[in-house]
Amino acid sequence: MSQADDFAGSRRDFLYYATGGAGVVVTGAAVWPMINQMNPSADVTALSSIFVDVSAVEVGTQLTVKWRGKPVFIRRRNQEDIDLGRSIPLTDLRDTNAENANLDPGATAEDANRTLDEAGEWLVMMGVCTHLGCVPLGDSGDFGGWFCPCHGSHYDSAGRIRKGPAPRNLDIPVAAFFDETTIKLG
Amino acid sequence: MFRKIAISAVSALTLAAGAATAETAEIHIHDVAFGFEGPFGKFDQNQLQRGLQVYTEVCSACHGMKYVPIRSLSEAGGPGLTDQQVRDYAEAFTVLDEASNHQLFDQDKGEYRPLKPSDNFPVNNTIGAPDLSLMAKARAGFHGPYGSGLNQLFKGMGGPEYIAAILNGYTETPACAPADFPNYYNSAFAPGGYPDECKIFEETVTEVTNPDGTVTTRTDKVEVGRMAPGSWIQMPPPLMDDQVTFADGSPATVEAMSHDAAAFLMWAAEPKLMARKQMGFVAVLMLTILSVLLYLTNKQLWSRVKVKKTHA
Amino acid sequence: MAGIPHDHYEPSTRAEQWLDDRLPIVGLAHATMTIPTPKNLNWMWIWGIILAFTLALQIVTGIILAMHYTPHVAMAFESVEHIMRDVNGGWAMRYLHANGASLFFLAVYLHIFRGLYYGSYKSPREVTWIIGMLIYLAMMATAFMGYVLPWGQMSFWGATVITGLFGAIPGIGESLQTWLLGGPAVDNATLNRFFSLHYLLPFVIAALVITHIWAFHTTGNGNPTGVEVRRTSKADAEKDTLPFWPYFVIKDFFALAVILVVFFAVVGFMPNYLGHPDNYTPANPLVTPSHIVPEWYFLPFYAILRAFTADVLIVQITDFLTFGIVDAKFFGVLAMFGSIAVMALAPWLDTSRVRSGRYRPMFKWWFAVLCVDFVVLTWVGSMPTTGIYPTISLYAAYYWFGYFLIVLPVLGLIEKPLPEPATIEEDFKSHYATPAE
Repeated sequence: MSQADDFAGSRRDFLYYATGGAGVVVTGAAVWPMINQMNPSADVTALSSIFVDVSAVEVGTQLTVKWRGKPVFIRRRNQEDIDLGRSIPLTDLRDTNAENANLDPGATAEDANRTLDEAGEWLVMMGVCTHLGCVPLGDSGDFGGWFCPCHGSHYDSAGRIRKGPAPRNLDIPVAAFFDETTIKLG
Repeated sequence: MFRKIAISAVSALTLAAGAATAETAEIHIHDVAFGFEGPFGKFDQNQLQRGLQVYTEVCSACHGMKYVPIRSLSEAGGPGLTDQQVRDYAEAFTVLDEASNHQLFDQDKGEYRPLKPSDNFPVNNTIGAPDLSLMAKARAGFHGPYGSGLNQLFKGMGGPEYIAAILNGYTETPACAPADFPNYYNSAFAPGGYPDECKIFEETVTEVTNPDGTVTTRTDKVEVGRMAPGSWIQMPPPLMDDQVTFADGSPATVEAMSHDAAAFLMWAAEPKLMARKQMGFVAVLMLTILSVLLYLTNKQLWSRVKVKKTHA
Repeated sequence: MAGIPHDHYEPSTRAEQWLDDRLPIVGLAHATMTIPTPKNLNWMWIWGIILAFTLALQIVTGIILAMHYTPHVAMAFESVEHIMRDVNGGWAMRYLHANGASLFFLAVYLHIFRGLYYGSYKSPREVTWIIGMLIYLAMMATAFMGYVLPWGQMSFWGATVITGLFGAIPGIGESLQTWLLGGPAVDNATLNRFFSLHYLLPFVIAALVITHIWAFHTTGNGNPTGVEVRRTSKADAEKDTLPFWPYFVIKDFFALAVILVVFFAVVGFMPNYLGHPDNYTPANPLVTPSHIVPEWYFLPFYAILRAFTADVLIVQITDFLTFGIVDAKFFGVLAMFGSIAVMALAPWLDTSRVRSGRYRPMFKWWFAVLCVDFVVLTWVGSMPTTGIYPTISLYAAYYWFGYFLIVLPVLGLIEKPLPEPATIEEDFKSHYATPAE
């Protein structure tokens, strides 16, 4: 075989590889939208962050709102709740992680790491038991907080797991005060 | 039953004056050079914001826009409001027809709540004016010629042009029309009412053989043309010069506002227009490259089997 | 299975042998991909691949749209707007699907007319042809029902008018129409069943496509000369053919890529060009749009439907002879379905022994007129039924029937065909030189 043949051969191979590669790229570009269309649509993601007016929430009461299809407890704690929550040493806790999406993943579960404001008045958390997803009842249980009726998990006044099968403290979602009377979730 | 053809003889007489040259005065819709037309066309964000203002301050008094989510005002390729502006806009929007917007009824409070960005623009059925969400795609400005579709091919479907033409179409009422003819004359609106006084008729006299054998004549009046284009529309002239004050200082003539409103409604009907054109461009480019490569591969492949005959 | 002599798949490893003994699927794929294909196929033999691709495109985009669409009269239109505005890339899926239907019909018409010119319908390929006609009918039903789903004004009134055709059938018509609609008029029941059937029929089409391919893989492809591949020996067959892969796959892919350039230009830059503006207005049973026009691919047959009015003599005679059973309305319906039936009967109506139009000097002209006739019918179907247009429709419809019922049978008897090449190889060599060794 002469050198000219070799040259023609490699040029031919290059052409075949280039065509095959271009075909793969075009196919890939066509496939992606077909997968992406199953992701949440714009009307769903538009509800991924909501504004909650908390001006009507009295001290010692709780507002439950639906956010991303799940309940969120917005508790305005009284001084008794705050004192009780702050009196518990970390060593008494089953889960020492704050489980607070607004803090570092390693933050510990002190009462101050659970609340939205410095004074510890506002507690915002997912109303979903970390055991199997039931909604815990407020103002009940053995620790002055929440009690899950499904399998008997007890949470304290800062929503931390104290007794029962649940593995973690109630999760705290991304939340912040947007203005003085409005909390932005998500 | 095979019925006997009753009409034995037909004689047509042209009676109406001027009917020999009668032609329907045709609606002419101007081709507006909108920035979003053509393969690389883009919405002009300032124009969309002005159009939004015209819709909010003028059109929304009668027309709803129920398929357009308010949140989309801040989406890419649209008027480009900030999230805060969208929230303020939604809250400030007055819902005129609460009864048609049950989704805004708050069961707990027993009252209608203000709009939120996640809501759509409200329905407005107060006087039965059509919804504007898709108006720019539901109307066509250009047709033909002779059903060939060439005008639409070169000028586009002409929905926004049609809207602009209607808004600019309130010209002087033709002299032939009686003063008390209802509604408003619009030279670009086709399907409205039209007074007989402005129509051109041709009278046809037909001899009819009745089943009993007697012969009588029948006179038919057939409309063959119209003296003025357009027709009478229910909508009163909605725009007048300087009706709105644009923040960017743009002139607020009827024509300028009509173009802004038309562009805004095009966005409302087709919010993904820019993304679509971009996809079209990328797809055409990639497939062209692939076509060239496949052409060369095909040629290479078949060169083993055949070559062009040389005409020696 | 009889066929063109060629190499068969031989399992080379024990694993392949193991599978082959239980399910000869590799052998089937091998036989399909390497099938000997006449080497003189021209550029009109690309439409089959285009159609297979388009069917896949329609099924994939259709399944995606069904994930977001709601078949209920109160929500259908809104859910389409949800797809257009909110679903990630939903607008692309919908425009691809809507324009994909047009690509599908454009390709199928070119495919059918290629068959009509080169005599692809003639023995022994009648079954392939008949299955093709069934595919075409299923396509029309699918497209019609799909057009109803967005529940716009054209959807609603198109459904009303077309189902009204069944109402024209004497005696059972009215009950049949009510049964089709699930009520006295087009309503929620209609929308739901059309959605169900619109989802089902493409899979029926896919099954028919497989039998279509099976049938012509049994008889072998037709080709522009109409001369059959020699089956006397493998060596002879190889002089007439080349394996499907890679020669024809690459050629077809090239054609597909070029057509997709045009297709994506339409989808990207003028996706509503082939649609009707009225369908962006939600369905309203109380107001009929001023012009009801079907999608362009139905226009030729719609023109034939409208051509036979009560003024036409042949309609009046039929009315008289059938004691009014076949009135003008029913005549129009019969004419429309008849225009497809005569096409399906082409294998038996064409008396010429020569397959390819290439060697039929008189046929060529009549066929050219048929092509023009088809374009005229498409055009006149979109025009109003006033002035000169009904006359044009009528003569164009007469020609359509005349071509199949008179021209094809008579031409075969009076025409003197040109000499055909003895083999495909001979034809190929007369067009191309063999590369220097």
